[in-house]
Amino acid sequence: MIQALFVALSAIAVVSSLLVILHRNPVTSALFLVVSFCSLAGIYLLQHAEFLFAVQIIVYAGAIMVLFLFVIMYLNLKSDVETGVQIAVRRGIGWLVGAVLAAEGLWLMARHWAPGPTSLQPAADTDNTRAVGQLLYTRYLFPFEITSLILLAAMVGVIVMARGRGHASRGEER
Amino acid sequence: MSAMAALFQNPDLQYALWAFVKIFIILNGMLGIVSYLIYVERKVAGHMQARVGPNRVGPLGLLQPIADVGKLFLKEEFIPAEANKVIFHLAPIIAVVPALVTFSVIPFGPAPFFVTDVNVGLLVFLAMSSLGVYAITLGGWSSNNKYALLGGLRSSAQMVSYELAMGLSTIGVLLIANSLSLGAIVAQQSKFWHLGPLAIPSWNLFFQPVAFVVFMITALAETNRAPFDLPEAEAELVAGFHTEYSSMKFGLFFLGEFMNVISISCIAVTLFLGGWSGPGPASLGILWFMLKLFVLLFFFIWIRWTYPRLRYDQLMNLGWKVLLPIALANVLVTALLVFWGILP
Repeated sequence: MIQALFVALSAIAVVSSLLVILHRNPVTSALFLVVSFCSLAGIYLLQHAEFLFAVQIIVYAGAIMVLFLFVIMYLNLKSDVETGVQIAVRRGIGWLVGAVLAAEGLWLMARHWAPGPTSLQPAADTDNTRAVGQLLYTRYLFPFEITSLILLAAMVGVIVMARGRGHASRGEER
Repeated sequence: MSAMAALFQNPDLQYALWAFVKIFIILNGMLGIVSYLIYVERKVAGHMQARVGPNRVGPLGLLQPIADVGKLFLKEEFIPAEANKVIFHLAPIIAVVPALVTFSVIPFGPAPFFVTDVNVGLLVFLAMSSLGVYAITLGGWSSNNKYALLGGLRSSAQMVSYELAMGLSTIGVLLIANSLSLGAIVAQQSKFWHLGPLAIPSWNLFFQPVAFVVFMITALAETNRAPFDLPEAEAELVAGFHTEYSSMKFGLFFLGEFMNVISISCIAVTLFLGGWSGPGPASLGILWFMLKLFVLLFFFIWIRWTYPRLRYDQLMNLGWKVLLPIALANVLVTALLVFWGILP
Protein backbone atom coordinates (compact mmCIF):
# COMPACT_ATOMS: atom_id res chain seq x y z
CA MET A 1 0.00 0.00 0.00
CA ILE A 2 2.71 2.47 1.04
CA GLN A 3 4.86 1.29 -1.86
CA ALA A 4 2.04 1.94 -4.32
CA LEU A 5 1.36 5.38 -2.87
CA PHE A 6 5.04 6.22 -3.03
CA VAL A 7 5.29 5.20 -6.69
CA ALA A 8 2.14 7.17 -7.56
CA LEU A 9 3.25 10.31 -5.72
CA SER A 10 6.76 10.27 -7.13
CA ALA A 11 5.39 9.72 -10.65
CA ILE A 12 3.15 12.76 -10.19
CA ALA A 13 6.12 14.74 -8.84
CA VAL A 14 8.36 13.85 -11.80
CA VAL A 15 5.71 14.43 -14.47
CA SER A 16 4.53 17.73 -13.01
CA SER A 17 8.13 18.96 -12.59
CA LEU A 18 8.77 18.21 -16.26
CA LEU A 19 5.59 20.04 -17.22
CA VAL A 20 6.74 23.06 -15.19
CA ILE A 21 9.60 23.61 -17.62
CA LEU A 22 7.93 22.27 -20.77
CA HIS A 23 4.60 24.08 -20.64
CA ARG A 24 4.30 27.32 -22.57
CA ASN A 25 1.83 29.12 -20.32
CA PRO A 26 3.52 30.61 -17.20
CA VAL A 27 0.41 30.28 -15.03
CA THR A 28 0.03 26.60 -15.91
CA SER A 29 3.73 26.08 -15.21
CA ALA A 30 3.33 27.65 -11.78
CA LEU A 31 0.31 25.41 -11.08
CA PHE A 32 2.27 22.30 -12.02
CA LEU A 33 4.96 23.42 -9.57
CA VAL A 34 2.24 23.54 -6.90
CA VAL A 35 1.19 19.98 -7.83
CA SER A 36 4.82 18.90 -7.62
CA PHE A 37 5.21 20.47 -4.16
CA CYS A 38 2.03 18.80 -2.95
CA SER A 39 3.14 15.35 -4.14
CA LEU A 40 6.49 15.92 -2.43
CA ALA A 41 4.55 16.75 0.73
CA GLY A 42 2.70 13.45 0.30
CA ILE A 43 6.04 11.61 0.11
CA TYR A 44 7.13 13.30 3.36
CA LEU A 45 3.90 12.09 4.94
CA LEU A 46 4.66 8.51 3.84
CA GLN A 47 8.03 8.84 5.63
CA HIS A 48 6.19 9.87 8.84
CA ALA A 49 7.58 13.39 8.59
CA GLU A 50 4.23 15.05 9.39
CA PHE A 51 5.74 18.37 10.32
CA LEU A 52 7.67 18.62 7.05
CA PHE A 53 4.48 17.69 5.18
CA ALA A 54 2.52 20.53 6.72
CA VAL A 55 5.32 23.07 6.41
CA GLN A 56 5.94 22.10 2.78
CA ILE A 57 2.31 22.89 1.94
CA ILE A 58 2.03 26.02 4.10
CA VAL A 59 5.31 27.61 2.99
CA TYR A 60 5.89 26.41 -0.55
CA ALA A 61 2.44 25.67 -1.95
CA GLY A 62 0.53 28.17 0.18
CA ALA A 63 2.81 31.20 0.38
CA ILE A 64 5.70 31.19 -2.08
CA MET A 65 3.73 29.91 -5.07
CA VAL A 66 0.87 32.31 -4.37
CA LEU A 67 3.39 35.15 -4.59
CA PHE A 68 4.79 33.67 -7.83
CA LEU A 69 1.30 33.52 -9.26
CA PHE A 70 0.61 37.03 -8.00
CA VAL A 71 3.66 38.37 -9.85
CA ILE A 72 2.83 36.44 -13.04
CA MET A 73 -0.69 37.86 -13.04
CA TYR A 74 0.42 41.32 -12.04
CA LEU A 75 2.86 41.53 -14.95
CA ASN A 76 0.22 39.80 -17.11
CA LEU A 77 2.81 37.47 -18.69
CA LYS A 78 1.46 35.93 -21.86
CA SER A 79 2.51 32.50 -23.03
CA ASP A 80 6.10 32.14 -24.16
CA VAL A 81 5.87 33.02 -27.87
CA GLU A 82 9.18 34.85 -28.15
CA THR A 83 11.47 33.66 -30.90
CA GLY A 84 14.80 34.77 -32.31
CA VAL A 85 18.36 34.88 -31.09
CA GLN A 86 17.62 35.99 -27.53
CA ILE A 87 15.44 33.05 -26.66
CA ALA A 88 17.85 30.65 -28.39
CA VAL A 89 20.76 31.98 -26.30
CA ARG A 90 18.67 31.71 -23.15
CA ARG A 91 17.69 28.12 -23.99
CA GLY A 92 21.34 27.27 -24.74
CA ILE A 93 22.51 28.60 -21.39
CA GLY A 94 19.73 26.67 -19.70
CA TRP A 95 20.74 23.37 -21.33
CA LEU A 96 24.42 24.03 -20.53
CA VAL A 97 23.82 24.76 -16.84
CA GLY A 98 21.47 21.77 -16.59
CA ALA A 99 24.06 19.45 -18.14
CA VAL A 100 26.79 20.72 -15.79
CA LEU A 101 24.53 20.20 -12.77
CA ALA A 102 23.57 16.68 -13.88
CA ALA A 103 27.23 15.78 -14.48
CA GLU A 104 28.18 17.12 -11.05
CA GLY A 105 25.45 15.08 -9.42
CA LEU A 106 26.45 11.89 -11.21
CA TRP A 107 30.12 12.45 -10.38
CA LEU A 108 29.34 12.99 -6.67
CA MET A 109 27.30 9.80 -6.59
CA ALA A 110 29.94 7.79 -8.53
CA ARG A 111 32.74 8.92 -6.21
CA HIS A 112 30.53 8.25 -3.16
CA TRP A 113 31.09 11.79 -1.92
CA ALA A 114 27.39 12.26 -1.46
CA PRO A 115 26.11 9.47 0.77
CA GLY A 116 22.78 9.23 -1.04
CA PRO A 117 19.67 8.02 0.74
CA THR A 118 20.31 6.56 4.16
CA SER A 119 17.57 5.28 6.42
CA LEU A 120 17.62 7.28 9.63
CA GLN A 121 15.71 5.73 12.50
CA PRO A 122 12.88 8.08 13.43
CA ALA A 123 12.86 9.27 17.02
CA ALA A 124 10.32 6.99 18.65
CA ASP A 125 9.86 8.60 22.04
CA THR A 126 9.05 12.16 20.96
CA ASP A 127 6.88 13.33 18.11
CA ASN A 128 8.20 14.60 14.83
CA THR A 129 7.63 18.32 15.43
CA ARG A 130 9.38 18.22 18.79
CA ALA A 131 12.37 16.40 17.27
CA VAL A 132 12.69 18.97 14.45
CA GLY A 133 12.42 21.85 16.92
CA GLN A 134 15.00 20.42 19.28
CA LEU A 135 17.52 19.81 16.48
CA LEU A 136 16.90 23.22 14.97
CA TYR A 137 17.47 25.06 18.24
CA THR A 138 20.44 23.03 19.48
CA ARG A 139 22.59 21.30 16.89
CA TYR A 140 21.66 23.45 13.90
CA LEU A 141 21.16 26.74 15.74
CA PHE A 142 24.04 28.48 13.99
CA PRO A 143 23.02 27.62 10.38
CA PHE A 144 19.43 28.46 11.34
CA GLU A 145 20.42 31.93 12.55
CA ILE A 146 22.66 32.47 9.51
CA THR A 147 19.73 31.62 7.23
CA SER A 148 17.46 34.08 8.97
CA LEU A 149 20.15 36.76 8.73
CA ILE A 150 20.53 36.18 4.98
CA LEU A 151 16.75 36.43 4.55
CA LEU A 152 16.71 39.66 6.57
CA ALA A 153 19.51 41.10 4.39
CA ALA A 154 17.55 40.17 1.24
CA MET A 155 14.42 41.81 2.67
CA VAL A 156 16.24 45.02 3.57
CA GLY A 157 17.83 45.05 0.09
CA VAL A 158 14.46 44.75 -1.61
CA ILE A 159 12.97 47.55 0.48
CA VAL A 160 15.94 49.84 -0.23
CA MET A 161 15.69 49.16 -3.97
CA ALA A 162 11.91 49.66 -4.05
CA ARG A 163 12.10 52.89 -2.06
CA GLY A 164 14.98 54.20 -4.18
CA ARG A 165 13.00 53.73 -7.36
CA GLY A 166 9.92 55.37 -5.87
CA HIS A 167 11.90 58.44 -4.76
CA ALA A 168 13.62 58.71 -8.14
CA SER A 169 10.33 58.69 -10.07
CA ARG A 170 8.83 61.24 -7.70
CA GLY A 171 11.90 63.41 -8.26
CA GLU A 172 11.41 63.24 -12.02
CA GLU A 173 7.82 64.37 -11.72
CA ARG A 174 8.92 67.55 -9.98
CA MET B 1 -19.37 -15.92 2.71
CA SER B 2 -16.42 -16.83 4.93
CA ALA B 3 -14.12 -15.09 2.45
CA MET B 4 -16.20 -11.96 2.86
CA ALA B 5 -16.10 -12.31 6.65
CA ALA B 6 -12.33 -12.74 6.52
CA LEU B 7 -12.05 -9.65 4.35
CA PHE B 8 -13.95 -7.64 6.94
CA GLN B 9 -11.60 -8.90 9.66
CA ASN B 10 -8.75 -7.07 7.91
CA PRO B 11 -7.92 -4.16 10.28
CA ASP B 12 -6.79 -1.86 7.43
CA LEU B 13 -10.08 -2.35 5.61
CA GLN B 14 -12.07 -1.87 8.80
CA TYR B 15 -10.21 1.36 9.48
CA ALA B 16 -10.81 2.60 5.93
CA LEU B 17 -14.52 1.70 6.06
CA TRP B 18 -14.99 3.36 9.44
CA ALA B 19 -13.20 6.49 8.20
CA PHE B 20 -15.36 6.47 5.08
CA VAL B 21 -18.55 6.30 7.14
CA LYS B 22 -17.40 9.22 9.30
CA ILE B 23 -16.37 11.28 6.27
CA PHE B 24 -19.76 10.58 4.67
CA ILE B 25 -21.64 11.74 7.78
CA ILE B 26 -19.53 14.88 8.29
CA LEU B 27 -19.61 15.82 4.60
CA ASN B 28 -23.38 15.59 4.37
CA GLY B 29 -23.88 17.19 7.78
CA MET B 30 -21.74 20.12 6.70
CA LEU B 31 -23.60 20.53 3.42
CA GLY B 32 -26.83 20.69 5.42
CA ILE B 33 -25.38 23.18 7.89
CA VAL B 34 -24.08 25.36 5.04
CA SER B 35 -27.43 25.59 3.29
CA TYR B 36 -29.21 26.47 6.52
CA LEU B 37 -26.43 28.88 7.51
CA ILE B 38 -27.24 30.82 4.34
CA TYR B 39 -30.91 30.81 5.39
CA VAL B 40 -29.96 32.03 8.88
CA GLU B 41 -27.73 34.70 7.38
CA ARG B 42 -30.59 36.00 5.22
CA LYS B 43 -33.04 35.90 8.11
CA VAL B 44 -30.66 37.67 10.52
CA ALA B 45 -29.78 40.25 7.88
CA GLY B 46 -33.48 40.79 7.25
CA HIS B 47 -34.26 41.38 10.90
CA MET B 48 -31.24 43.66 11.31
CA GLN B 49 -32.57 45.80 8.47
CA ALA B 50 -36.17 45.74 9.74
CA ARG B 51 -37.28 43.24 7.07
CA VAL B 52 -38.48 39.67 7.57
CA GLY B 53 -36.12 37.85 5.23
CA PRO B 54 -37.16 34.79 3.19
CA ASN B 55 -40.62 33.61 4.32
CA ARG B 56 -42.44 32.34 1.21
CA VAL B 57 -41.02 28.88 0.49
CA GLY B 58 -42.35 26.49 3.09
CA PRO B 59 -43.20 27.36 6.72
CA LEU B 60 -41.07 30.37 7.86
CA GLY B 61 -39.26 30.11 4.52
CA LEU B 62 -37.50 26.96 5.76
CA LEU B 63 -37.45 25.36 2.29
CA GLN B 64 -35.71 28.42 0.80
CA PRO B 65 -32.18 26.82 0.78
CA ILE B 66 -33.50 23.81 -1.16
CA ALA B 67 -35.17 26.08 -3.70
CA ASP B 68 -31.93 28.10 -3.99
CA VAL B 69 -29.79 25.04 -4.66
CA GLY B 70 -32.32 23.74 -7.21
CA LYS B 71 -32.23 27.11 -8.95
CA LEU B 72 -28.41 27.08 -9.04
CA PHE B 73 -28.36 23.64 -10.64
CA LEU B 74 -30.91 24.57 -13.29
CA LYS B 75 -29.42 27.90 -14.34
CA GLU B 76 -27.60 28.29 -17.63
CA GLU B 77 -23.88 27.88 -17.40
CA PHE B 78 -21.88 30.58 -19.12
CA ILE B 79 -18.18 30.41 -19.91
CA PRO B 80 -16.43 33.48 -21.35
CA ALA B 81 -15.04 32.84 -24.84
CA GLU B 82 -11.50 33.97 -24.04
CA ALA B 83 -11.34 32.24 -20.65
CA ASN B 84 -8.69 29.67 -19.85
CA LYS B 85 -11.14 26.74 -19.83
CA VAL B 86 -9.25 24.19 -17.72
CA ILE B 87 -8.36 26.61 -14.92
CA PHE B 88 -11.84 28.17 -15.12
CA HIS B 89 -13.31 24.73 -14.35
CA LEU B 90 -10.66 23.92 -11.76
CA ALA B 91 -11.01 27.04 -9.59
CA PRO B 92 -14.47 26.28 -8.05
CA ILE B 93 -13.27 22.76 -7.20
CA ILE B 94 -10.23 24.17 -5.40
CA ALA B 95 -12.59 26.47 -3.51
CA VAL B 96 -14.46 23.55 -1.95
CA VAL B 97 -11.93 20.74 -1.50
CA PRO B 98 -9.43 22.33 0.97
CA ALA B 99 -12.34 23.67 3.02
CA LEU B 100 -13.72 20.12 3.27
CA VAL B 101 -10.36 18.52 4.11
CA THR B 102 -10.07 20.74 7.18
CA PHE B 103 -13.10 19.01 8.75
CA SER B 104 -11.15 15.74 8.89
CA VAL B 105 -8.98 16.99 11.77
CA ILE B 106 -11.61 18.87 13.80
CA PRO B 107 -12.63 17.10 17.02
CA PHE B 108 -16.42 17.59 17.13
CA GLY B 109 -16.73 15.49 20.27
CA PRO B 110 -15.03 12.78 22.31
CA ALA B 111 -13.69 9.51 20.85
CA PRO B 112 -15.80 8.55 17.81
CA PHE B 113 -16.83 12.07 16.79
CA PHE B 114 -13.84 12.99 14.64
CA VAL B 115 -12.32 11.50 11.50
CA THR B 116 -8.73 11.54 12.69
CA ASP B 117 -6.56 13.23 15.30
CA VAL B 118 -3.17 13.76 13.66
CA ASN B 119 -0.28 15.14 15.68
CA VAL B 120 -0.02 18.19 13.40
CA GLY B 121 -3.77 18.89 13.29
CA LEU B 122 -3.47 22.66 13.54
CA LEU B 123 -0.86 22.76 10.77
CA VAL B 124 -3.19 20.78 8.50
CA PHE B 125 -5.80 23.48 9.04
CA LEU B 126 -3.29 26.25 8.25
CA ALA B 127 -2.07 24.36 5.17
CA MET B 128 -5.60 23.92 3.83
CA SER B 129 -6.54 27.53 4.47
CA SER B 130 -3.40 28.61 2.61
CA LEU B 131 -4.36 26.44 -0.38
CA GLY B 132 -7.78 28.10 -0.47
CA VAL B 133 -6.20 31.26 -1.90
CA TYR B 134 -5.69 29.51 -5.23
CA ALA B 135 -9.40 29.19 -5.89
CA ILE B 136 -10.03 32.91 -5.82
CA THR B 137 -6.77 33.90 -7.52
CA LEU B 138 -7.17 31.39 -10.36
CA GLY B 139 -10.89 32.02 -10.72
CA GLY B 140 -10.20 35.73 -11.08
CA TRP B 141 -7.36 35.25 -13.54
CA SER B 142 -8.92 32.61 -15.79
CA SER B 143 -12.15 34.56 -16.34
CA ASN B 144 -10.28 37.02 -18.58
CA ASN B 145 -12.17 39.93 -17.07
CA LYS B 146 -10.47 42.95 -15.55
CA TYR B 147 -12.76 43.16 -12.53
CA ALA B 148 -12.29 39.46 -11.84
CA LEU B 149 -8.51 39.80 -12.18
CA LEU B 150 -8.44 42.77 -9.80
CA GLY B 151 -10.52 40.79 -7.30
CA GLY B 152 -8.18 37.81 -7.62
CA LEU B 153 -5.07 39.95 -7.10
CA ARG B 154 -6.60 41.68 -4.10
CA SER B 155 -7.52 38.39 -2.52
CA SER B 156 -4.07 36.82 -2.94
CA ALA B 157 -2.42 39.87 -1.36
CA GLN B 158 -5.00 39.98 1.43
CA MET B 159 -4.99 36.30 2.31
CA VAL B 160 -1.19 35.95 2.27
CA SER B 161 -0.91 39.01 4.54
CA TYR B 162 -3.46 37.83 7.07
CA GLU B 163 -2.26 34.23 7.11
CA LEU B 164 0.89 35.35 8.93
CA ALA B 165 -0.97 37.09 11.74
CA MET B 166 -3.36 34.13 12.00
CA GLY B 167 -0.53 31.61 12.29
CA LEU B 168 1.22 33.73 14.91
CA SER B 169 -1.96 34.18 16.95
CA THR B 170 -2.29 30.40 17.36
CA ILE B 171 1.28 30.00 18.69
CA GLY B 172 0.31 31.25 22.16
CA VAL B 173 -2.28 28.46 22.41
CA LEU B 174 0.29 25.92 21.24
CA LEU B 175 2.76 27.11 23.89
CA ILE B 176 0.17 26.52 26.61
CA ALA B 177 -1.07 23.19 25.24
CA ASN B 178 2.44 21.98 24.40
CA SER B 179 1.05 20.11 21.41
CA LEU B 180 -0.11 20.63 17.81
CA SER B 181 -2.81 17.98 18.10
CA LEU B 182 -6.30 19.49 18.31
CA GLY B 183 -7.41 16.65 20.60
CA ALA B 184 -4.65 17.50 23.09
CA ILE B 185 -5.54 21.21 22.92
CA VAL B 186 -9.16 20.39 23.86
CA ALA B 187 -8.07 18.02 26.63
CA GLN B 188 -5.90 20.73 28.14
CA GLN B 189 -8.89 23.12 28.28
CA SER B 190 -11.39 20.72 29.81
CA LYS B 191 -10.45 21.45 33.44
CA PHE B 192 -12.47 23.68 35.76
CA TRP B 193 -11.49 26.21 38.41
CA HIS B 194 -13.75 26.32 41.42
CA LEU B 195 -14.19 29.79 42.86
CA GLY B 196 -16.73 29.14 45.59
CA PRO B 197 -19.99 28.13 43.89
CA LEU B 198 -18.66 29.23 40.49
CA ALA B 199 -16.93 26.78 38.18
CA ILE B 200 -14.92 28.58 35.51
CA PRO B 201 -13.74 26.48 32.56
CA SER B 202 -10.01 26.85 31.81
CA TRP B 203 -10.56 27.93 28.23
CA ASN B 204 -7.70 29.49 26.29
CA LEU B 205 -9.98 32.50 25.79
CA PHE B 206 -9.08 33.55 29.36
CA PHE B 207 -5.35 32.88 28.96
CA GLN B 208 -5.05 34.25 25.43
CA PRO B 209 -7.64 37.04 25.01
CA VAL B 210 -5.40 39.05 22.66
CA ALA B 211 -4.72 36.01 20.49
CA PHE B 212 -8.47 35.31 20.32
CA VAL B 213 -9.26 38.81 19.07
CA VAL B 214 -6.43 38.68 16.50
CA PHE B 215 -7.56 35.21 15.39
CA MET B 216 -11.17 36.29 14.90
CA ILE B 217 -10.18 39.40 12.90
CA THR B 218 -7.84 37.39 10.67
CA ALA B 219 -10.53 34.72 10.34
CA LEU B 220 -12.88 37.35 8.89
CA ALA B 221 -10.15 38.39 6.45
CA GLU B 222 -9.20 34.83 5.48
CA THR B 223 -12.78 33.94 4.65
CA ASN B 224 -13.27 37.18 2.67
CA ARG B 225 -16.23 38.17 4.80
CA ALA B 226 -17.25 41.76 5.39
CA PRO B 227 -15.64 44.06 6.49
CA PHE B 228 -12.79 42.39 4.58
CA ASP B 229 -14.71 41.34 1.44
CA LEU B 230 -12.54 43.41 -0.89
CA PRO B 231 -12.04 40.60 -3.42
CA GLU B 232 -15.72 40.87 -4.32
CA ALA B 233 -16.39 44.51 -3.44
CA GLU B 234 -19.54 45.00 -5.51
CA ALA B 235 -19.36 48.79 -5.51
CA GLU B 236 -15.99 48.82 -7.28
CA LEU B 237 -15.47 45.40 -8.88
CA VAL B 238 -18.97 44.30 -10.01
CA ALA B 239 -18.66 40.99 -8.16
CA GLY B 240 -14.88 40.58 -7.99
CA PHE B 241 -13.36 37.21 -8.72
CA HIS B 242 -16.69 35.46 -9.44
CA THR B 243 -18.04 38.04 -11.89
CA GLU B 244 -17.99 35.57 -14.79
CA TYR B 245 -19.15 32.53 -12.84
CA SER B 246 -22.72 31.36 -13.11
CA SER B 247 -24.87 28.38 -12.23
CA MET B 248 -23.40 25.74 -9.91
CA LYS B 249 -19.82 27.01 -10.43
CA PHE B 250 -20.86 30.18 -8.64
CA GLY B 251 -22.62 27.91 -6.16
CA LEU B 252 -19.36 26.09 -5.45
CA PHE B 253 -17.57 29.37 -4.67
CA PHE B 254 -20.42 30.29 -2.35
CA LEU B 255 -20.29 26.84 -0.75
CA GLY B 256 -16.51 27.10 -0.32
CA GLU B 257 -16.82 30.47 1.38
CA PHE B 258 -19.39 29.22 3.87
CA MET B 259 -17.44 25.99 4.41
CA ASN B 260 -14.42 28.13 5.27
CA VAL B 261 -16.48 30.20 7.69
CA ILE B 262 -17.65 27.02 9.43
CA SER B 263 -14.22 25.37 9.50
CA ILE B 264 -12.48 28.47 10.81
CA SER B 265 -15.18 28.83 13.48
CA CYS B 266 -14.67 25.17 14.42
CA ILE B 267 -10.95 25.85 14.82
CA ALA B 268 -11.67 28.95 16.92
CA VAL B 269 -13.98 26.89 19.17
CA THR B 270 -11.31 24.20 19.48
CA LEU B 271 -8.42 26.55 20.16
CA PHE B 272 -10.02 29.17 22.38
CA LEU B 273 -13.44 28.05 23.64
CA GLY B 274 -12.60 24.61 25.00
CA GLY B 275 -13.78 22.57 22.00
CA TRP B 276 -16.34 19.96 22.99
CA SER B 277 -15.63 20.20 26.72
CA GLY B 278 -18.45 21.38 28.95
CA PRO B 279 -20.41 20.44 32.04
CA GLY B 280 -22.24 17.13 32.11
CA PRO B 281 -21.24 13.74 30.72
CA ALA B 282 -18.80 13.47 27.82
CA SER B 283 -21.60 12.27 25.52
CA LEU B 284 -22.98 15.83 25.59
CA GLY B 285 -19.69 17.00 24.03
CA ILE B 286 -20.98 17.29 20.51
CA LEU B 287 -23.91 19.44 21.68
CA TRP B 288 -21.55 21.82 23.50
CA PHE B 289 -19.40 22.01 20.39
CA MET B 290 -22.39 22.85 18.19
CA LEU B 291 -23.63 25.48 20.67
CA LYS B 292 -20.25 27.25 20.72
CA LEU B 293 -19.98 26.90 16.95
CA PHE B 294 -23.35 28.56 16.39
CA VAL B 295 -22.44 31.44 18.71
CA LEU B 296 -19.34 32.11 16.58
CA LEU B 297 -21.27 31.72 13.32
CA PHE B 298 -23.81 34.24 14.55
CA PHE B 299 -20.88 36.53 15.39
CA PHE B 300 -19.66 36.27 11.78
CA ILE B 301 -23.12 37.19 10.43
CA TRP B 302 -23.55 39.96 12.98
CA ILE B 303 -20.20 41.56 11.98
CA ARG B 304 -21.06 41.28 8.29
CA TRP B 305 -24.25 43.28 8.58
CA THR B 306 -22.81 45.83 11.00
CA TYR B 307 -19.49 47.10 9.73
CA PRO B 308 -18.68 48.88 6.44
CA ARG B 309 -15.96 47.56 4.17
CA LEU B 310 -12.37 48.67 4.73
CA ARG B 311 -10.43 50.54 2.09
CA TYR B 312 -7.56 48.58 0.53
CA ASP B 313 -4.71 50.56 2.17
CA GLN B 314 -6.51 50.39 5.54
CA LEU B 315 -6.74 46.62 5.14
CA MET B 316 -3.02 46.25 4.46
CA ASN B 317 -2.08 48.63 7.29
CA LEU B 318 -4.29 46.73 9.73
CA GLY B 319 -2.75 43.41 8.73
CA TRP B 320 0.91 44.32 8.65
CA LYS B 321 1.24 47.24 11.06
CA VAL B 322 -1.31 46.37 13.74
CA LEU B 323 -2.25 42.68 13.84
CA LEU B 324 1.19 41.23 13.05
CA PRO B 325 3.07 43.19 15.77
CA ILE B 326 0.30 42.46 18.31
CA ALA B 327 0.44 38.74 17.49
CA LEU B 328 4.26 38.74 17.75
CA ALA B 329 4.19 40.55 21.11
CA ASN B 330 1.58 38.07 22.33
CA VAL B 331 3.86 35.16 21.39
CA LEU B 332 6.76 36.77 23.26
CA VAL B 333 4.74 37.52 26.41
CA THR B 334 3.17 34.03 26.44
CA ALA B 335 6.57 32.39 25.96
CA LEU B 336 8.00 34.35 28.89
CA LEU B 337 5.00 33.53 31.12
CA VAL B 338 5.26 29.84 30.24
CA PHE B 339 9.01 29.93 30.82
CA TRP B 340 8.58 31.48 34.29
CA GLY B 341 5.90 28.93 35.08
CA ILE B 342 3.10 31.48 35.56
CA LEU B 343 0.93 29.95 32.84
CA PRO B 344 0.30 26.18 32.90
